[in-house]
Amino acid sequence: MDSSLPVPEVGPRGKFRLALSVNGERREILVDPYKTLLEVLREDLGLTGTKHGCELGECGACAVLLDGDLALSCLVAAVECGDREVTTVEGLRDGPELHPLQAAFADHGAAQCGYCTPGMLVAARWVLDRKPDATREEIAEALSGQLCRCTGYQQIYEAVEAAGRVLRGEAPTAPRLPEVHGRTPDAGPGR
Amino acid sequence: MPGPVGKPLRRIDARGKVTGETRFADDLSLPGMLHMKLARSTVPHARILGVDLAAAWAADGVRAVLTGADFPVPFGILPVSQDEHALCTDKVRFVGDPVAAVVAVDELSAEEAARLVEVRYELLATIASPEEALSTREPRIHEYGDGGNVHKAVAFDFGDVPAALAGAEQVFEDLFFYQGNTHLALEQHATLAYVDPDGLLTIASCTQTPHYLHRAAAKVLGLPANRIRVLAPPQGGGFGGKTDPFNHEIVAAKAALLTGRPVKIALTREEVFLCHRGRHPVLMRMRTGVDREGRMLGHSVETLLDGGAYGSYGVASTFYTGALETVTYRMDRYRFRGCRTFTNKPPCGPKRGHGTPQPRFGLEIHIDKICEKLGRDPAEWRIANAIAPRSLTANWLEVGTTGLVRCLEAVVAASGWKARFRNLGPGRGLGIASSAYMCGAGLPIYFNEMPHSGVQLLLDRGGGVTAFCGSTEVGQGSDNVLALLVAEVLGLSPSDVKVVTGDTSLAPVDLGSYSSRVTLMMGNAAVEAATRARERLAEAASAHLEIPIERVGFAEGRVFDVGDPSRGVTFAEAVARAETAGGTVGTVGSYRPPAPRARFKGGGVGPSPAYSFSAAVVEVEVDPTTGVVRVEKVWVAHDIGRALNPVAVRGQVEGSVYMGLGEALMEEQAFRRLPPRLSGALVHQAPSMLDYKSPTTLDMPEVETILIEDPDPNGPFGAKEVGQGPLLPIPPAVANAVYDAVRVRVDESPVTPEKVLAALRAPSRRTGPTSFPAVTWPEALRISPPWEGGDGTAAKVKP
Repeated sequence: MDSSLPVPEVGPRGKFRLALSVNGERREILVDPYKTLLEVLREDLGLTGTKHGCELGECGACAVLLDGDLALSCLVAAVECGDREVTTVEGLRDGPELHPLQAAFADHGAAQCGYCTPGMLVAARWVLDRKPDATREEIAEALSGQLCRCTGYQQIYEAVEAAGRVLRGEAPTAPRLPEVHGRTPDAGPGR
Repeated sequence: MPGPVGKPLRRIDARGKVTGETRFADDLSLPGMLHMKLARSTVPHARILGVDLAAAWAADGVRAVLTGADFPVPFGILPVSQDEHALCTDKVRFVGDPVAAVVAVDELSAEEAARLVEVRYELLATIASPEEALSTREPRIHEYGDGGNVHKAVAFDFGDVPAALAGAEQVFEDLFFYQGNTHLALEQHATLAYVDPDGLLTIASCTQTPHYLHRAAAKVLGLPANRIRVLAPPQGGGFGGKTDPFNHEIVAAKAALLTGRPVKIALTREEVFLCHRGRHPVLMRMRTGVDREGRMLGHSVETLLDGGAYGSYGVASTFYTGALETVTYRMDRYRFRGCRTFTNKPPCGPKRGHGTPQPRFGLEIHIDKICEKLGRDPAEWRIANAIAPRSLTANWLEVGTTGLVRCLEAVVAASGWKARFRNLGPGRGLGIASSAYMCGAGLPIYFNEMPHSGVQLLLDRGGGVTAFCGSTEVGQGSDNVLALLVAEVLGLSPSDVKVVTGDTSLAPVDLGSYSSRVTLMMGNAAVEAATRARERLAEAASAHLEIPIERVGFAEGRVFDVGDPSRGVTFAEAVARAETAGGTVGTVGSYRPPAPRARFKGGGVGPSPAYSFSAAVVEVEVDPTTGVVRVEKVWVAHDIGRALNPVAVRGQVEGSVYMGLGEALMEEQAFRRLPPRLSGALVHQAPSMLDYKSPTTLDMPEVETILIEDPDPNGPFGAKEVGQGPLLPIPPAVANAVYDAVRVRVDESPVTPEKVLAALRAPSRRTGPTSFPAVTWPEALRISPPWEGGDGTAAKVKP
């Protein structure tokens, strides 16, 4: 832990007072000193959108933005987060409309089971914040710490690229379709 | 066509997944909830002499401690393998077998107290491999099975294969090994159990098979099934890893009953590796006799499976290492021997492709070698020998539509195969393979003649439609399929249909998300229920519009006269009129697959209402100095019957390719012995995501997906499966491409740099198994292939 960080105040029952900003809102809570940021988000703040797949920094499911930087919340001690700014998947959209990344993930098949999706979205947001016209290689590099066991990643790349275009002011694009070699498509309902 | 079938629409559940609002099992919590941790065995094989719980009970915050004494009744997924106890009673069988459970006020207290459980063991010899299992009759890991440490051994002769080989122009023999690997679903298992205020025990859990968990929990807990409700929230991937009823689910339920409070357990990643139920390691010997044209006169497969410590689906897995061997290429006669052994390792079970990827890996490399020897192009051989549509196989599987030739032609054309195969220059290569898979098992896991899937529809006078089905959304998109099919029949959009799934109290039984059964079986049930609802509405609309019922059309939320579409009513008005005329509008539909043609014992594994087909060409670059294999591109074609949603189908195909590449190149569930001073126990080599390598974005090549549509009359709107089949051709296509690149054979998965280098240095230019141990096979069932007479029954005579 960085010794320049303010020493958190210890409350009754050994809990620490933690004041931080989560998705732009100031939160003040008492937390167990052994907890990770991931545990505090999920268990103390009820923000279960951020997922866990290993608690060892191996899968990327728990990615959040910490002061704008991509961080694995399972590897960050909560006591290090005083006065810092955390952005989770719940903070991607402002209001009922989906963020362009969220809409693109939904439309381009980038979320199958949806379990890696929150971390994947946060990592994608991090790369597009820096480079809205990131190339596929740059996207792949940026997402290389995020495991997905469902998609094979291609539809995720396409969604990030599609969201990048929207963020650059272009119209949303339709999802890429597989080549279909058809034959007599009207078979009726079957059986 | 106005309906949603075939359109690239957003999945109905996509919004929750991208906003983080989807509630997975571990996202659930309740007031007053307790947390549970399991104390697991630290030794691979031992008798339990005593369990000392005093220190655990005395620890802060502990509310309950349970042991095997609380669970005298055994369970297991298959009726023939009821060999698990929710907590071990007398023996432990692998490092990780749960011995006790501690329930405490928070997770940390439970974890600390679980470490205080003291178990005294009498160590038994560790059985580490199938070879050791075959050579060690005592001690037995289980007191049942086919003798010693053999769990199950089966033998079938479909015609006289030795005679066919004797008369063959050439006979080929190969040995292959397919390494075990695990599902690695990103979501770890979690269960929340509680008694609801009405006294109903509720188990919310990561399960692909809530119906089977329901049955197992009722059996072990001694409760009537109607006092238990199982909920299967959406899951963060399953791939077969959440298909067994698990000990932690039943223990959490018991703990909730004992404490009267909600009890939650969330497994760590290491514990998920210990739950396993993943791909069986399989050693294979294949022999094939061909005539001058390369036609397979006889084919023989022997498989030896490393089953791990419990039965799980193992009996079915054993049959599956032989069942689908016949479904791609014509073979006149077929011989299958399969043997599953118990070993002191986490139990193996079903993973995507269940028992089929292993022999498919062997067969497709075997054929590549046969073609090389015969001077035949392996793509052309496959096309020439492809099974005919609407035919019976040597083992009496009834095959309907087959898109195999079109799949092969598509990947051959897309990859530039004809000009590029054997022609890419040193270090670069192309490999091809094809495969078949089933669209649901023809028989249920426990014998019964009830439907495999049921769907109930409720139409309300506001125009709302709710579809209830016990099906389980594991990420594959089954909820969307349900909504989409109901919407198609009723002229609605999928987003107009609310679905209630994964709930044994609210929805009719669906057997679960396994064997690629859901789209076909749930889909047919949904179409039947929706068609019945449509008839009610059509009747009411025909009376109101004063037109014959045949003229009533449904589209875009309206019910109208197809002769004059301007004359009609809204869907909501049609429901209200139907409700007025005949009462509440609720309908049901159900599906049961056709009876198998096979009439011999064991013939129940393999039959399916339809088979999907896949073909792939893989391009690799192999570095001869490091042995590193880099996959440059994959062309894959899948015979989908009909793509209900092309974006979702593409995702399933590419996800299967991804998982197949992981298995081909890096994934392995391997074990090692600790040094003697550290107990010498057999432990998991890599129970973490860092050590268990799986492909990241940087490992994944470009995939070109082609769908072959040839609607199958048994599928809803012609649809067949896509969740598992496209994985099958990938591992052998990689191995065949490595041969094209550097002319060495790696007859063993995963194709690691070490193995490629070893093959490059070996005089045989091969790495892979070199022997198959002696197995005492049971007397074979002899069944004539359909073209040699007979009726699919077995004549039991001395082999």
